[in-house]
Amino acid sequence: MDVEAENVEQVPRDEILQLYRSMVLIRRFEDKAYELFSQNLIPGTLHLSAGQEAVAAGVCGALRNEDYVESTHRGHGHCIAKGADVKRMMAELMGKRDGYCKGKGGSMHIADFNVGILGAEGIVGAGLPIAVGAALSCKLQGLDRVVACFFGDGAANNGTFGESLNMAAIWNLPVIFVCENNLYAMSVPYFKAFAIENIADRAAGYGLPGVVVDGMDVLKVYQAASMAVSRARKGEGPTLIECKTYRWRGHSRLKSHESKLYSPDEYEQWRKRDPIEVFKAKGLLSQEEVSAIEEEAEALIREAVEYALNSPYPEPEEAVQDVYV
Amino acid sequence: MREITYVEALREALREEMRRDGRVFLLGEDIGPYGGAFTVTKGLIEEFGPERVRDTPISESAIVGAAVGAAITGMRPVAEIMFGDLTALAMDQICNQAAKIHYMFGGQTSCPMVLRTPFGGGVNIAEHHSQSLEAWFVHVPGLKVVAPSTPYDAKGLLKSSIRDENPVVFCEHKQLYRVKGPVPEEEYLVPIGSGDVKRVGEDVTVVATMWMVHKALKAADMLAEEGIKVEVVDPRTLNPLDKKAIVESVMKTNRAVVVSEDVKTCGITAEISAVIVEEAFDYLDAPVVRIANPDAPIPFSPPLENYVIPSEERIVNAVRKIVKGEV
Repeated sequence: MDVEAENVEQVPRDEILQLYRSMVLIRRFEDKAYELFSQNLIPGTLHLSAGQEAVAAGVCGALRNEDYVESTHRGHGHCIAKGADVKRMMAELMGKRDGYCKGKGGSMHIADFNVGILGAEGIVGAGLPIAVGAALSCKLQGLDRVVACFFGDGAANNGTFGESLNMAAIWNLPVIFVCENNLYAMSVPYFKAFAIENIADRAAGYGLPGVVVDGMDVLKVYQAASMAVSRARKGEGPTLIECKTYRWRGHSRLKSHESKLYSPDEYEQWRKRDPIEVFKAKGLLSQEEVSAIEEEAEALIREAVEYALNSPYPEPEEAVQDVYV
Repeated sequence: MREITYVEALREALREEMRRDGRVFLLGEDIGPYGGAFTVTKGLIEEFGPERVRDTPISESAIVGAAVGAAITGMRPVAEIMFGDLTALAMDQICNQAAKIHYMFGGQTSCPMVLRTPFGGGVNIAEHHSQSLEAWFVHVPGLKVVAPSTPYDAKGLLKSSIRDENPVVFCEHKQLYRVKGPVPEEEYLVPIGSGDVKRVGEDVTVVATMWMVHKALKAADMLAEEGIKVEVVDPRTLNPLDKKAIVESVMKTNRAVVVSEDVKTCGITAEISAVIVEEAFDYLDAPVVRIANPDAPIPFSPPLENYVIPSEERIVNAVRKIVKGEV
């Protein structure tokens, strides 16, 4: 598939606004979450997706509300872009009762079945077979739905990757496998874990199309995802999209890029390709539109933090509730 | 009542539930035209077609994961893993995904799936095809674990498992597939979590699971000739465990022998013994006796395998000793 050509005129205006809105809201959410984490208001650990916004926004922008996404431990962006409520997300990050999982899941386990978020995964690679099953379910029920399955470059070296791509291909299932290649599996750089340049090349070995996309350009991601979604909806089967992207922060607790060893100027080079700045530079939005979206995002995050801070902690004995239906 | 085999009972349960509920479908290795390694699904593809009786590649993790994904989006999958030993390849999907999805997401969704798999030894197929690993799954909150010993229980429990909103690990046993027993023609269910007294007696309670139920019943026949009346209790479900059925029997007989085919350490016999000691200690006239596999893999050669799997003779000897006050 050729996604190099940017046919911006083909992207509806409200979609362009929505892509930007998603990216800005994700960035504000992640920055605020980092601040709250540093103040010990968010316990545990935190895997932030700042820098990778274009992938979440572009893919989810190509989906309908009833379509499904399967997310990862670095999944805040996917959930926000798919329409999750940032108030309930923030409350979940703080371990509060009004969080999506009533405080049972935390940052790594956000789910919202009302908007098709099948849940974020704490286990690298575990979401791929689940996405295959959800797609099989859509097919068996005759539903016109697709499943977007996010996973990182690290997951592409897990056995579930091969099992899932193969199964989706032989059964011609409506799945879009979205590899967020941010060049690091925790601390291990891409070149130490792969003998190939592109993960997308592996798709051929399973009999599905693989495509490499600039994951810092939301329009390119959106267009690639739209083509894959269209294929899936027409019953033409799964697609693997590899988005080359980068995370601004360390794996989790590490403060920044300091842990990275790939090359000395790598971080600065990628920062110049900030997906939000890249998009603004295209000049598709007026200054007023940009300001309005940014102010709206600020307000939503302020409201989310207030909601989360005011939400009570669960009662301790709730720990043993909901083990079984 | 007519008698059918354990395999036929399982097949009937699948067929009836698939006819009843269009959301029920099967997936697993060689379950289609081949009919499953143990013929449980034989003939089902002819009635329900390849969409609902789905042959898969040899991808255990994806088989279970696909069942999870289908279950949380409105289907009721029944996955087959050809041998219980191979569940090791799918442990993440079983124990971290299926088991936790309802809890971890704050009760937003449920994962109504069944994972059918055969455990147990006695057929000389060595370390990778003979283990009894039920305790692995009992150890994971969120899973139900069912382990029927008769065709009647197998059918009624499989139907209940398919209708349950929770993920169920449905343990079958290779030695039991050809065992025949009475099964009514009309529909019935056996509730999950309910034990069964398979033989009534007053002198000693033998709690046994799966194949061991049959060995315990044979041992009880032999002991009856000596005047020892053995009560055999079959929990049928390992999680939730019918503690009441076990404890009530022990309160009556005041002696307990617990028999299971898995290894002794942290196994099924350990858990059941602990329940008896916690809840019926004052009623015990003797220490609880456990009969289980030694902490060793299952070997190939018949004399070696026969040595590790509990025999009727071991049960008979243990019961004699406990009744005579020799333990």
